[in-house]
Amino acid sequence: MAMLSFERKYRVRGGTLLGGDLFDFWVGPFYVGLFGVTTIFFAFLGTALLLYAASLGPTWNIWQINIAPPDLKYGLGLAPLREGGFWQIITVCALGAFGSWALREVEISRKLGMGYHVPFAYGFAVLAYFTLEVVRPVLLGAWGHGFPYGILSHLDWVSNVGYQFLHFHYNPAHMIAVSLFFTTTFALALHGALILSSTNPGVGEVVKSPEHEDTFFRDIIGYSVGTLGIHRLGLFLALAAVFFSAVCIVISGPFWTQGWPAWWGWWLRLPIWA
Amino acid sequence: MNPTRTLLAAVLVGTALLLTGCEHPPMKHEQIGYRGTGMERIVNPRTVAENAPLHAAPEAAPAAPADGPKATLLYKNLQVLGDLNVAEFNRTMAAFTQWVAPNEGCTHCHNPANFADDSKYTKVVARRMIQMTREINGNWHDHVADTGVTCYTCHRGHNIPEKSWVAERETVTEGRMLGNNFGQNRAGMASVGNSSLPYDPYTPFLLKAHEIRVAGSTALPTGNKSSIKNAEATHGLMIHMSEALGVGCTWCHNTRAMAEWSQSTPQRVQAWHGIRMVRAINNDFIVPLTPITPPERLGAMGDIPKANCATCHQGANKPLMGAAMAKDYPALAGTARAPAPVAVARAGKN
Repeated sequence: MAMLSFERKYRVRGGTLLGGDLFDFWVGPFYVGLFGVTTIFFAFLGTALLLYAASLGPTWNIWQINIAPPDLKYGLGLAPLREGGFWQIITVCALGAFGSWALREVEISRKLGMGYHVPFAYGFAVLAYFTLEVVRPVLLGAWGHGFPYGILSHLDWVSNVGYQFLHFHYNPAHMIAVSLFFTTTFALALHGALILSSTNPGVGEVVKSPEHEDTFFRDIIGYSVGTLGIHRLGLFLALAAVFFSAVCIVISGPFWTQGWPAWWGWWLRLPIWA
Repeated sequence: MNPTRTLLAAVLVGTALLLTGCEHPPMKHEQIGYRGTGMERIVNPRTVAENAPLHAAPEAAPAAPADGPKATLLYKNLQVLGDLNVAEFNRTMAAFTQWVAPNEGCTHCHNPANFADDSKYTKVVARRMIQMTREINGNWHDHVADTGVTCYTCHRGHNIPEKSWVAERETVTEGRMLGNNFGQNRAGMASVGNSSLPYDPYTPFLLKAHEIRVAGSTALPTGNKSSIKNAEATHGLMIHMSEALGVGCTWCHNTRAMAEWSQSTPQRVQAWHGIRMVRAINNDFIVPLTPITPPERLGAMGDIPKANCATCHQGANKPLMGAAMAKDYPALAGTARAPAPVAVARAGKN
């Protein structure tokens, strides 16, 4: 791929965390780095194992392929390959690939002298996965508490784990997470609409400035969070949504074993009215 | 205080609040389905230990000699226990007293001047309850299996089982738009595990025989008339069953297809029979005792305390952790289908 005339300026040596100059080069548009190599390694190995494990299963139906974690009896030990061992190695590969990808983002940020906001944001997605497949199973004492790899099977897992607690919508962290997910899309829609509205004025009008955008929100709600602030807000809302999602599942089991509606007993027992 | 510290303090306080009512690891788990399906049960071993005394069965009284004169030779008005010999009869009576009226003693049911007298309503009720126990042990094997039930399974030392239910008073406030809560959305209703679901899951399903299944049998809508309100009522009953047994929905259902028997656990079959059993004993044995029950024993709506899943289970998936008490008491052994109720009509007569 051809490089744009100004791109070379940004392709600077250094900033690597590991590997020094060894992998400090680009392949076409892609920066490689040591973590690019490890990303490729883990992603390829993990995908190959998924395909091999799927080939041992009863179906090639894309919806029904299922690579399940071990039985609970194996606890936090290793399981035979065909009884959850593949799931365990694939999980290691996934974490290797996700972690490498985050570190590759860090290296690129360092090269450009930028902040680490992008790897930080991506790290929350990895954190959510890590919570589901590692933290909660470890707290409960068995890898079998992780979710299986399969399009429908992981949804079945979500359903069953939710119904173990009778009514998951009463999970307080789930409530917060869901609210934040809705708020995130709401904020993004308002922001997108505002930018498009000021850059698409009527025929014969000039494109409007951020002052117009700020004024719009000051007129309607008395306050504008501002051009930079809206992105801080968006990042906060999105990351908080992911964070509370992770909280809502990690407390289900390790920190609460009854129905979630019953958890709200503490509210009814508050000395104010109890 | 700088903003970072304020934020940190807020996060810490918030987290502490969030965990206020929570438990902590380690937990115990049990796998009840294929790996990775989420068919599992997680219990808090500390809660289990704490509740253990509630689920401990009392030791059986020493066996009585098998021979000896029949109780009918010594005692009068033995309508259901006449086949026992005197020793077994007295042993059984002593056990009943310990199970149902440990503080009141014999006179909870008996007129001390004449033990054969049926003037106390409690004696008439007790006789009917013996018949009910025999009916359960004899004809509801699909639910109670060989474990069976005794008076203690429900009574646990109380005159009236602690876990019984009476109808809720209807909440109607005249002249207000939101005056009627239609039996739902009330905080703190243990019947539905503190959820906002309709809080009387018993009357429609454990007394009347309303349809429990709400899911359609086809992927597309082809005539299933169940409403969301129906679904909520069913969910309420299911929460009652779960709370009564100390389990989650996955104890019986693979929730990917709640209604599908082939994907459910064997426990669901037992639960299905349990619902029919409770419905039958409420209608055939308990409700007919209403006329002889004194008003102070009745609920706000004038109905007699009735059975639900918690009456026996009391939070354990097997009542008394599956202790087979009934086998030690031949008086409670199952009989074929009990005769039509007769005892109630005799109330007050000798």
